[in-house]
Amino acid sequence: MKPKITNIVCCGVGGQGVLLFTDILAQVAMSAGLDVKKSEVHGMAQRGGSVISQLRFGEKIYSPLIEETTADFIVGFEKLETLRYLHFLSQKGKVLLDSLEIAPMPVLTGALTYPSDIMERIQAQTNNVYVVDAFKLALELGEARAQNVIMLGALSRFLRFPYENYEQAIKENIKPKFVDLNLKAFKLGKKLIKK
Amino acid sequence: MENTNRSLFSGDEAIARGAWEAGCKVASAYPGTPSTQILENLVNYEGVYCEWSTNEKVALEVALGAALAGVRSICTMKHVGLNVAADPLFSSAYIGVRGGLVIVTADDPGLHSSQNEQDNRYYGMAAKLPVLTPADSQEAKDFTKLGFELSEKYDVPVILRITTRIAHSKTIVELGERIEVEDKGYTKDITKANLLPQFARGRHVLLEQRMKQLEEYANTTPVNKIIEGKKNFGVIADGVAYEYAREIFPKASFLKLGMVWPFAKDLVRKFAQGKKHLYVIEEVDPFLETLIKSLGIKVTGKDKLPLVEELNLRIVRNALTEKPTTFSTAADLPPRPPALCPGCPHAGLFYLLQKKDVIITGDIGCYTLGSYPPHNAIDTCVCMGGSITLAHGIEKAFKMFKPETAGNPDDKSKKPKRVVSIIGDSTFFHMGMPGLVNAVYNKGNQITIIVDNRTTGMTGHQDHPGTGKTLMGEQTKMLKTEDVAKACGVDKVYMLDPYKIKENRALFRQILSESGPAVIVSKQACALLVPRKAVKKVNVEKCIGCKVCLSLGCPAMSFQNEKSHINPAFCVGCGMCAELCAKQAIE
Repeated sequence: MKPKITNIVCCGVGGQGVLLFTDILAQVAMSAGLDVKKSEVHGMAQRGGSVISQLRFGEKIYSPLIEETTADFIVGFEKLETLRYLHFLSQKGKVLLDSLEIAPMPVLTGALTYPSDIMERIQAQTNNVYVVDAFKLALELGEARAQNVIMLGALSRFLRFPYENYEQAIKENIKPKFVDLNLKAFKLGKKLIKK
Repeated sequence: MENTNRSLFSGDEAIARGAWEAGCKVASAYPGTPSTQILENLVNYEGVYCEWSTNEKVALEVALGAALAGVRSICTMKHVGLNVAADPLFSSAYIGVRGGLVIVTADDPGLHSSQNEQDNRYYGMAAKLPVLTPADSQEAKDFTKLGFELSEKYDVPVILRITTRIAHSKTIVELGERIEVEDKGYTKDITKANLLPQFARGRHVLLEQRMKQLEEYANTTPVNKIIEGKKNFGVIADGVAYEYAREIFPKASFLKLGMVWPFAKDLVRKFAQGKKHLYVIEEVDPFLETLIKSLGIKVTGKDKLPLVEELNLRIVRNALTEKPTTFSTAADLPPRPPALCPGCPHAGLFYLLQKKDVIITGDIGCYTLGSYPPHNAIDTCVCMGGSITLAHGIEKAFKMFKPETAGNPDDKSKKPKRVVSIIGDSTFFHMGMPGLVNAVYNKGNQITIIVDNRTTGMTGHQDHPGTGKTLMGEQTKMLKTEDVAKACGVDKVYMLDPYKIKENRALFRQILSESGPAVIVSKQACALLVPRKAVKKVNVEKCIGCKVCLSLGCPAMSFQNEKSHINPAFCVGCGMCAELCAKQAIE
């Protein structure tokens, strides 16, 4: 039997905290004794562009990249970006998405329109869609940047890592003065998923 | 299960750690994605002098100097940086080292943040230097340390070739302690370090001998390893391509090459023996494949695998197996290209330039994003410093047009135009200065705009000679781009604030009407480094929906219900839109 590997695609827009999301989760998986690889791209790709970060953990990981149609989870911080990377989803995979819309430059300039049927198109492909309004909740918390940790809290409901691992990883990856806020955000996110 | 001696490191972080553990004491680099984070991390360790050099040639010479003074040194750069450093690279092979010297080249298959996909394994072959190609962060650290050892043992600099997927992927690394290497000290030896032809001849002979010895090493080193699997099916791979191959073909026999040059001929021959099917899986060019075929061995490689883009699991699977992965993508979605940030000072400049009938040669930096709509402002992007020099060549060609064709009003391609070059502050120090001197010396007429945003922007805000701070965090002399431009011989040097679009409009008109050469220093700090000001808001009563403000290309602005709209979450309050609005509708 093939050893179980968990594949997670996280996507959004440059500046949304996609990379920090997978940094924290990678650390959680490592502290659980698993092999971990995560992959992303910096530089030009980050200037407000589309961002994808890929995380894999299991007994032994070779490729740092996830193959299309094999992601167990797609965590989308923005609607359009979620649809853009939906082809990574496996048949039984789950989609967690923030219904936030951020218009890309061709839409801002009026050259193209932001598609109005994104949810329908995602739902046409999978029944396992969980909408998490993390950005809205983050604003209510008074810190838009907590969106990623709220999403992490939501995703944690589907993973089998103990809370202490998340707490530790959040402490190691986030500046001390924002730790309490982010732990609160994590717990808030966790409550959003009713299984 | 937690083990405190393990850490999740990117390849860049792992190389920094490896250099530190190896007792490296001098490190030099010019920032370039995906290599930048190596020195950004290494500077945080004790006992290593680190510097941002002005360009890669300078950086390599600094590291070579340190190696000749007997300390272990490292020099890091992106792949195209090695082109800049190629001159000292080839000579360093002749000279060799005293302290070990590792040269890191970070290639970018897939062009995530580069202008080409060149395969720098060839530099090892061309310059006669050993090339190590790690496949993950652990190997990136281990091979860095091995590089120092080989460098000293064989008296030759060692190239460590990584790719974006190694540099920016995080994998688990076992941490070690720093070893203290004794300083070898400096000894004058002109037959070694002085490449006058009479000495260089002898050095070349020695270099060829070293390469022979290194080839023997390549055949026996544990970094070139055979992993036994199916007897008749073999795969040869290096770098991250090995990881994809191993996952797709878990039962195959593997020859994993960690040292690709000198080429381990005997080992490859031994591995290929009796293999009915032999694949070579490598990214970009058929470097290994050509070498394997030169031994008369039949192998499947680039006849099935692509020569372009980076590999991944699907590409390898679909090229080489009977069970392709198929899927459809949502191809009709609006793209999300990278854009100038809200408040980016470059936007104010491009707003004015996009309206001018001039040729604009661009350079390497954030301002290259002015090539995209709505600005469409940049004609060319070639290499570091290429803006000023290309502009000069275009101008000189225009002068050679025959007057009768130049005057033909129907043929726009033969109508000479004013040429404007755009270059960033860091890029100007890197390679812009010789081009500017050349333009002055050779009676150029161009207008050079130095977009001085007080940092190296695109790579994530590194210091440079114009910032007054070193990589070690020390204060230093601040070179002003305007002073350097004057020192290059430019008499007409203008200063402007790109946020003041109205003032600049008149200034541009004036400068374009004069003859050159002229330099405009457009000085305003990168918007990401400046505290946000009060957010601007559109007064919908006053807004007439003329869309003038939208042509700034600001990501905070959009058009909603026939009026301009400012997203308060993105706006940094730079005020450029308000300056442009004829109806004072932005407050």
